[in-house]
Amino acid sequence: MSNQSFVRTEMLPEQAPPGSTVGVLGWLRENLFSTWINSILTVVCVVFVYYVLSNILSWTFLSVWNANSLTECREIMMATWGTTHGHACWAVINERWQQMLFGFYPPELYWRPILALVLLLVALSPILYAEKVSSKLLYLTAAYPFLLVWLMWGGSIWGPLMAAAGFGIGYLAYRFLLPIAGGLTALIAAFLLPVLWWLFLAGPVAGAINSIIPIGIASVESREFGGYMLALLLGVVAIGCSLPLGIVLALGRQSDLLIVKYLCVGFIEFIRGVPLITLLFVASLLLNLFLPPGTNFDIILRVMIMMTLFSAAYMAEVIRGGLAALPRGQYEGADSLGLNYWQAQRLIIMPQALKISIPGIVSTFIGIFKDTTLVSIIGLFDVIGLSSAIRADTAWNGIYWELFAFIGFLFFVVCFGMSRYSMYLERKLQTGHR
Amino acid sequence: MTTLTDPPKEHFRLSMLLYDTRYRSATIQVVALMGFMLLAAWLLSNTIQNLEALGKPVEFGFFSEPASYDINQRLLEYDSRDSHLRAAFIGLLNTLVVAVLGCITATIVGVLVGVLRLSSNWLVAKIMTVYVEMFRNVPVLLWIVFAMAILIESLPAPRAFRGENPTATMDLFNTVAVTNRGVYIPEALFSRSLGDIHFFGESAMRFDVSLDLIAIIIVLAGSIFAMRKVTAWANKTQEQTGDRPKIWHILLGLIFVPMLILLVALGFHLGYPELKGFNFTGGTHLRNSLIALWLALSLYTAAFIAEIVRGGILAISHGQTEAAAALGLRQGRIMRLVILPQALRVIIPPMISNYLNLTKNSSLAIAVGYMDITGTLGGITMNQTGRELECVLLLMLVYLAISLSISAVMNWYNERVKLVER
Amino acid sequence: MKKTIFVGAATVVTLAAGAAMAGTADDVKARGKLNCGVTTGLAGFAAPDANGEWKGFDVSMCRAVAAAVLGDPNAVEFVPTTGKTRFTALASGEIDLLARNTTWTFSRDVDLKFEFIGVNYYDGQGFMVPKELGVSSAKELDGATVCIQTGTTTELNLADFFRTNNISYEPVPIETNAEAQQQYLAGACDVYTTDASGLAATRASFEDPSAHILLPEIISKEPLGPLVRHGDHEWGDVARWTLNALISAEELGVTSANINDIASSTENPEIKRLLGTEGTLGEMLGLDAEWAQRAIAAGGNYGEIFAKNIGEDTPIGLARGLNAQWTDGGLLYSPPFR
Repeated sequence: MSNQSFVRTEMLPEQAPPGSTVGVLGWLRENLFSTWINSILTVVCVVFVYYVLSNILSWTFLSVWNANSLTECREIMMATWGTTHGHACWAVINERWQQMLFGFYPPELYWRPILALVLLLVALSPILYAEKVSSKLLYLTAAYPFLLVWLMWGGSIWGPLMAAAGFGIGYLAYRFLLPIAGGLTALIAAFLLPVLWWLFLAGPVAGAINSIIPIGIASVESREFGGYMLALLLGVVAIGCSLPLGIVLALGRQSDLLIVKYLCVGFIEFIRGVPLITLLFVASLLLNLFLPPGTNFDIILRVMIMMTLFSAAYMAEVIRGGLAALPRGQYEGADSLGLNYWQAQRLIIMPQALKISIPGIVSTFIGIFKDTTLVSIIGLFDVIGLSSAIRADTAWNGIYWELFAFIGFLFFVVCFGMSRYSMYLERKLQTGHR
Repeated sequence: MTTLTDPPKEHFRLSMLLYDTRYRSATIQVVALMGFMLLAAWLLSNTIQNLEALGKPVEFGFFSEPASYDINQRLLEYDSRDSHLRAAFIGLLNTLVVAVLGCITATIVGVLVGVLRLSSNWLVAKIMTVYVEMFRNVPVLLWIVFAMAILIESLPAPRAFRGENPTATMDLFNTVAVTNRGVYIPEALFSRSLGDIHFFGESAMRFDVSLDLIAIIIVLAGSIFAMRKVTAWANKTQEQTGDRPKIWHILLGLIFVPMLILLVALGFHLGYPELKGFNFTGGTHLRNSLIALWLALSLYTAAFIAEIVRGGILAISHGQTEAAAALGLRQGRIMRLVILPQALRVIIPPMISNYLNLTKNSSLAIAVGYMDITGTLGGITMNQTGRELECVLLLMLVYLAISLSISAVMNWYNERVKLVER
Repeated sequence: MKKTIFVGAATVVTLAAGAAMAGTADDVKARGKLNCGVTTGLAGFAAPDANGEWKGFDVSMCRAVAAAVLGDPNAVEFVPTTGKTRFTALASGEIDLLARNTTWTFSRDVDLKFEFIGVNYYDGQGFMVPKELGVSSAKELDGATVCIQTGTTTELNLADFFRTNNISYEPVPIETNAEAQQQYLAGACDVYTTDASGLAATRASFEDPSAHILLPEIISKEPLGPLVRHGDHEWGDVARWTLNALISAEELGVTSANINDIASSTENPEIKRLLGTEGTLGEMLGLDAEWAQRAIAAGGNYGEIFAKNIGEDTPIGLARGLNAQWTDGGLLYSPPFR
């Protein structure tokens, strides 16, 4: 007999895993029915989800899209399903969606807010997606505030241009005075000259140029702003204007100068300590009292001012967080290079601190954006205000859920998108710093 | 050896205020202060002039005049002949009630949801994610209005409880009535009540405290004190002899017997809600507006808290869990003894600002007609008297005071749980 | 030193502003637009339609004034105001005229320093209950839950009424009519109380209006009227006499349809004075002669405005009642144009 001992020379083929751990069944077992508690939870959840979805979906999709009034809607429902309950009347949205989006903005000019929104995204792209977009777009970002004003309010182009010229004047003053009169004088001049320009010269000069070369588009009163556009505009203006203010406040709060520090702390804590609605009351009832007698500017501007102050306080806290998150070595490194305070801030600290703060800024923006709904309480026609105005129309008196569902949907889409972006950014920043 | 000579004494020049770093900071501060004071003076003088032009001097006399309106939700007695100040005080208490209730519920729901989002059950985790995203991304004002509408539309009206074949019945053995006007629950009544003590006489802040309640609290405190003594004695005995005496029956007796005696002595019984006329009477009435506001605020804030809690738990490195498991701790104890105490430190600071937000958001009560301080002082009182400046300023001060107290308390707590860094 | 300059400068501004405030009529003409305060939306009285155009009874008043002063009924900026913001908006000069179903009361007239230029709608607070409740008088409402709209005089009247009749009630304050309607229909309150006109309008929009009744008690007087700032009498006169012109036009049979014929053919001296073909009434107001013609042509006379916005043929379906001409047993009584 030859050697009959058996030595396996190759591996056995892998057996398929047991049927209960692979495929749909395995996934179900592992994720839904791993223990008996989990199984009960799963069953309860399935019942709950079925109950909610079956109601909401039939309400949403078995609905009336074309009608001229709620009564007509109800007639159609009676004719189709034999009941007026459990079916949505989207006809109101069908008729009024433009108003809910744009307020009373002239329909032939709808392209302007839309263009402003598109340009906003383009202008933000070099900041939000810095690595994918050419940095030349930053020029558009710098010009955007003036573009926004011009597109939304319309009128002569020279007004916003002259306002922008103020910054140019400041820059030139600094540039030319620096070698002649020294840093401090140049700085003061760079600050004072634009202010003088804006106060006394910009208006007449813009008027004069406009009478020679009139370039302009139809002007729109801010009273005609409304709807969802108003919420976006208020949010963008408040965040945009509060960014510089917030930086100043944050630096002030971190500063060694006691008086400056306490002024900033007082402002921030005061604003953060009171509800936005009281600040809106101030805008609608009191702000005119605080200004020189006879000054009167419209309620939307007043609300913008108060919203800006409001978000500045929150922004200051976000930026303070960014400043605190910078490693100590960055400050020391800046000092060791011999940079002075402002140079260090401008070249080293702020670029990094702001970058870290972007997720915080985005969530502040989401918060402010949601809070703009409060302006309906002081009688502005944002989406919620408009929804009550629509219900005051005899045709739609009594309609309720459809309007709120639509408003909720509008806010959800934008806020959800932004919060996703902010999460993406946080992940991206985290890998950079760990 | 070189001798150190004093540097030549510089004479003070005006330009040194700007160019000398020793003086510059002082200069900046003085300029800032002057600027601030000028601004304040400017605003003030404008206000004075404007008010003069309107013929409305700042005065708070209207506060003592009768408010002339009724408030349905009130903790203290109040009627329409009471002063505006009293109405504001009632409103303030209502704000505090909804804020406290909201914070408690939001914390419970938030922690639960935050933990469940990390659940291994896919469906549960997803549902919690949907809940969090839905609530975080839609304005709270909308949720408040929604909650109110759902309560009104889905619950039965008191009318439905009436008649031969009522379409709705009371719950929990006929003790609780859930209607679309609110929930009526049994109330505690004492047939041999000790009466009340009155505080602050006839002023707007007057309130009564029931002596029965004080007695119950005192007895309860006494019981707990005695229980701790007994437990301490048991611990001591265990340390000395190794045997732990049986004390659970003593403890039970200590907590229940004095309380029972007291309750019987006071003639304690429950008052049940009962349908009489248009409404349920008797029992405690939790109004719809309160429930809707409470629900909406706490669910909205809970969505944020859930994210904080989840973030806090994820921030604790996995090594902690593994180390604890290696020590032989069970799953529940790992969470309670190792993870949560550490996560708490990450969780608390953002939690403070959520509590503050909830309190501030409670000012949206007017949307559902809950008479909080914005609804009384900043609402009807302001409307009827036309004193906007006084009312709004006072309103802001009140909220500021509430916010500062909340953050003071929470910061104190934060200091206590903070890791002592070396 | 700095402070004094500052205050001095501020004073100059005040004087200028004071002068500006005094001449609202001139301001309006210079601006070319009338700023008119209205509600944020009340069916029949003021609400924007799908094109953003404001329609309603109060809106027509604004348009009539704009037509009289500026010659164009569309030269109006409508400023939506809430119960809270309306008086501040008027006092601060943000609006020139407030036409927002505002009750003329002593304290608003005297203490808040406004001038009511007349009454364009006589209203009163009433109660609506479901028929199945079997209530026939407000005095039977002991223990009832009452929905009220806040921000008006309603809650004060209600408190007074229940107090004087010594019956208890549970007030449910609500911001807007739409929400009150929802709560009432769902049975969250037994009674809905607001101005009788509002009740009728609300009832008309129900699926089944006949299941609800209005109780006979009217517990308050609510003369609703447009108002202007105290102290600017020229502007007050313009607004007051525009309202009177609308009322007189109905009394005299002048409508938007026949106004051109009548203006050229009438022999009635009062109509001639009203329409400016005789006399200098317009000049006395600081306007041209045809001011009243334009005001009437804008939306019709009082009766036409009423019928078009809130009258019996509209969904609101209000009867004239107290708001009929005095000759028909109502309270509308315009002083003569003489």
